[in-house]
Amino acid sequence: MKSERYFFQTSQLQNLLDKLQDAGYTCVGPQVRDDAIIYDEINSVEQFPRGINDQQQPGSYSLNSNQSTKFFSWANGPQAIKPLLFTAKEKLWQSKQSTDGQITFKTCDPDPKPIAIIGARACDIAAMKIQDQHFLQQQFVDPYYKARRGNLLIIAVNCSHPADTCFCHSTGDGPFVDDGADIVLTELENGFLCEAQTSQGEKILHGLLLEDCKNEQLEESERIKSNASKQKRKLPEFDIKSRLFNELNNDAWHAIASECLSCGNCTSVCPTCFCHGENDVPELDGKSSAHFREWDSCFGQGHSYIHGITIRSQTSQRYRQWLVHKFSTWHEQYGRSGCVGCGRCITWCPVAIDVTESVAQFVDRRCD
Amino acid sequence: MINPNLNPYVPHEAIIVERIQETPDLFTLRIEFTDPEIRAACKFEPGQFNMLYLYGVGEIAISIVSDPLDCLIIDHTIRVVGRVTRGLANLKTGDRIGVRGPYGRGWPMLESKQKDIVIVTGGLGCAPVVSVINYIEQRREEFGRLNIVQGVKHSSDLIWKERYDQWRKLPDTKVLLAADVGEALWPWHVGSVTSLFDQLEFDPDNVSVMMCGPQGMMRVVCDHMLDNRVAESQLYLSMERNMQCAVGHCGHCQYGSNFICKDGPVFSYDKIRHLFETKGF
Ligand code: SF4
Ligand code: SF4
Ligand code: FES
Repeated sequence: MKSERYFFQTSQLQNLLDKLQDAGYTCVGPQVRDDAIIYDEINSVEQFPRGINDQQQPGSYSLNSNQSTKFFSWANGPQAIKPLLFTAKEKLWQSKQSTDGQITFKTCDPDPKPIAIIGARACDIAAMKIQDQHFLQQQFVDPYYKARRGNLLIIAVNCSHPADTCFCHSTGDGPFVDDGADIVLTELENGFLCEAQTSQGEKILHGLLLEDCKNEQLEESERIKSNASKQKRKLPEFDIKSRLFNELNNDAWHAIASECLSCGNCTSVCPTCFCHGENDVPELDGKSSAHFREWDSCFGQGHSYIHGITIRSQTSQRYRQWLVHKFSTWHEQYGRSGCVGCGRCITWCPVAIDVTESVAQFVDRRCD
Repeated sequence: MINPNLNPYVPHEAIIVERIQETPDLFTLRIEFTDPEIRAACKFEPGQFNMLYLYGVGEIAISIVSDPLDCLIIDHTIRVVGRVTRGLANLKTGDRIGVRGPYGRGWPMLESKQKDIVIVTGGLGCAPVVSVINYIEQRREEFGRLNIVQGVKHSSDLIWKERYDQWRKLPDTKVLLAADVGEALWPWHVGSVTSLFDQLEFDPDNVSVMMCGPQGMMRVVCDHMLDNRVAESQLYLSMERNMQCAVGHCGHCQYGSNFICKDGPVFSYDKIRHLFETKGF
């Protein structure tokens, strides 16, 4: 569903938060913490990173104040939607063994608290759609993800200031949101263009003081879009999917991965990575055991461990798994690449490895 | 079949109805779900696996070896390789565990009807193919000639000698054993498994080759069979990877685009050929 676009004044932003809370949502929004923009519970627009912009480069991230009155003149922080739906650590079930040996299992139901996230970006929504495919649309449905997903309302903000590390335009996932949100905002000089994409979004929006939008405002939005689409980074234009897959045995992987520390920062900031491990932990009562799942990474030693052997024992094999999964085998699994161009893995890599450059290394290599 | 309305992550209680020590570090647990509804709904096929949960320790993927005609009591033959299996080995008849499954796609039994069968395993014996042999044993007339080949490094690694003796007695069945290194009194072949292959009896146009074991061995078998004009689609491999969720979510079992837990564990060679030639993938 696509509805009309409207305009609301900057002063209405607090009203939006209030309306969301009135409707029973806990608001989660961007705020500065530990020198980064993170998403956490928010009650007041004062908490938004207003007049802040971010500098992102391979291996570096910093925030600056500017004179702007804008709330969203920054690109993205290390995390956004993913941890709200697929949590970093979660108790799945508990088991208890009675003295006569019987074992009972108790499912841990996720907290069904409705959450409204404000300020999600196009890349994050594209990544969420991929995770929806993975956790909800295959043979088995993940009940934990499903419960949270059903309770999430998304108020997206179109990107006006992509970082140097962003390349969502070349993956086709940004800088503006096409669909998948409940409400989409574009921040203009004096307020916001807004558009509801679902009926829940529409209900919230109609609680605000809306004005018809003017032609100049639509033009301003178009200008923002075209500026934000001019991104420095992009994926090279060749058949990445086939070429990477055909070059699994190429020695180049050693050179490409020679700097890699195998730390797994890239997989933990990547909004599409879904890997997780499971383990049992005794409960404090000493009478039961809790079964957890926790994010895991293909860069970890244990990820490919079986019967005493680590199948991907070398860093180059792990780097190959990551790159080939993201850009090649992902297509087979989910009909598209596993990269939405958010640039996070570039920014948060401690040794400044740039995935777009890694992929580009294969540009001149022949595929058989 | 797994009830789609149940949480796929949560095991169900099962009771060990019998525990059989097969060899010093190989044992079989015969289990039965305690919940009659779960028990009645359980159906499996040769080559599928269950996740067995040892209370307070964790889960492990174990293939089902018993015959699908009896889905009430399910047999798992387990080798002691780590924390969970060591704990499972200490259980006795009447003890309880958690079980969820069955998962994955098993062996192509229907497609293999009336065909010659070649089963090759290597290394320390292989539970996944035991399910096939048992299955054929129960329906011997539905299949063509049966060849069972097992290769081990050292002759003392050959476990389960009695089973091989029993299989050798089946009609129209050849059992070939080879050890790279053989002790005195080892009555079988000394050398690689492949050197036994000229003794196999099968029609290359009408055969299913099923194998499990070390990847290097399976590769040699595939090469040999392809040289002998067996189609890639008739070579079936049971693959092993780290498995934690068994439902296609945790990502550990990925093999290229395949999730071994749901797209496998059994694959025909044409589906994985390219990956098979890649080390550490
Ligand atoms: S691979 Fe890197 S740029 Fe692509 S979605 Fe993941 S973190 Fe973002
Ligand atoms: S295998 Fe690696 S790249 Fe793929 S989803 Fe898992 S952690 Fe991410
Ligand atoms: S075992 Fe978790 S995805 Fe296959």
